[in-house]
Amino acid sequence: MLTKEQIAQRIAKELKDGYYVNLGIGIPTLVANYIPNGINVVLQSENGLLGIGPFPFEGEEDPDLINAGKQTITTIPGSAFFDSALSFGMIRAGKVHLTVLGAMEVSDTGDIANWKIPGKMVKGMGGAMDLVASAKNIIVAMQHCSKDGQSKLLTECTLPLTGIKCVKKIVSDLAVLEVTQNDGFRLLERAPGVSVEEIKSKTQGRLVIEGNIPEMVF
Amino acid sequence: MNKTVANAEEAIKGITDNMVLGLGGFGLCGIPENCISAIVNKGIKNLTCISNNAGVDDFGIGLMLQKKQVKKMISSYVGENAEFERQLLSGELEVDLIPQGTLATRLMASGYGMPAIYTPAGVGTEIANGKESRKFIFNGEEKEYLMEHAFEIDYSIVKAWKGDTMGNLIFKATSRNFNPLIAMAGKITIAEVEELVPAGKLDPDHIHLPGIYVHRIFQGGNYEKRIEQRTLRKKV
Repeated sequence: MLTKEQIAQRIAKELKDGYYVNLGIGIPTLVANYIPNGINVVLQSENGLLGIGPFPFEGEEDPDLINAGKQTITTIPGSAFFDSALSFGMIRAGKVHLTVLGAMEVSDTGDIANWKIPGKMVKGMGGAMDLVASAKNIIVAMQHCSKDGQSKLLTECTLPLTGIKCVKKIVSDLAVLEVTQNDGFRLLERAPGVSVEEIKSKTQGRLVIEGNIPEMVF
Repeated sequence: MNKTVANAEEAIKGITDNMVLGLGGFGLCGIPENCISAIVNKGIKNLTCISNNAGVDDFGIGLMLQKKQVKKMISSYVGENAEFERQLLSGELEVDLIPQGTLATRLMASGYGMPAIYTPAGVGTEIANGKESRKFIFNGEEKEYLMEHAFEIDYSIVKAWKGDTMGNLIFKATSRNFNPLIAMAGKITIAEVEELVPAGKLDPDHIHLPGIYVHRIFQGGNYEKRIEQRTLRKKV
């Protein structure tokens, strides 16, 4: 099973030189720590920044400079600030190459649920609905099963949806899966020590397994 | 033309019970602290507040919630606020949750004089319920879009870094966020700034929001600028 850090590390391998990337709150934020050498990417923060830098040193934090998770951050050489309409404008126009976000459930047609649990206090969708409706490439970082062992990769989401037919790839603690156009999840890689059988038993949605499924290497 | 008023108390004159307010800021970043205090002190009630977030328990719009001045919040995210949750669950407070980009663009539409916009955000979700939608072929792809209306705001209240006496505004770093959009959507717009200078002192090439959208401006003071998540890097 992958740790949260390893999920982030695996997703970082999907980054390509020249990408503009939006990383969601939680595990996706950790992806920034594993950007491969020689790959230049610019991170977008939907509150109005291209070019997120590392956290500031103590005493250098600026309350006017935060990321979408409201954390103090810094800029990089070449950063740019803008307002929230322009921020979502560039997202909607498909200028951001990759969006990484967390999910509570994903369906085998690429629907995603990650903003609301009926009966619990609803905090809001923030920018998630805008991101999933427009991003060309969406990778989801998630746990394969809920705490009580229920699969979160389903034929159909049970929770209120954030967006439909949008997720392209999933990196869970057990596997890397591609969401295909018509055939459900395609198993691409398995976590070290996790068998195809285990992934099969923990995936409720349609699962395509072809040939030998390689184990991830860290 | 001089839009300067003395202080927050003078700036919020005319704001009365039951009005629709727009408030700039993202989390606690770039919020109009002085005007929020003035509204709290004046005890104006039954307000509908359009703001991306609702502050925290003891700061920002949270201060207005404590005094039960807010009837309805229109926001994209309202976490980090226990009093908000209590009032929502007890039915004292209404909330309308809107995708962040839709919120920003509906505000922009108001300032651009457009009654509505089309966005793909929320298609296929409960947000789409009851909304007009249509398909467009755009960027080589046929997709469904929701029609979302512009806002009508009685008073917009924003915070900028620098401003001049004609109402021209410059924002700092990510405290720009929703501020110019809220500002352009107000029938009357109030700007509080950290530094107010005479017209002519700001380079016209550096103005983020032209003063035509601003009706009253004053230099605020005692900015607390509270940080929600102080995240630091260790020196190696």
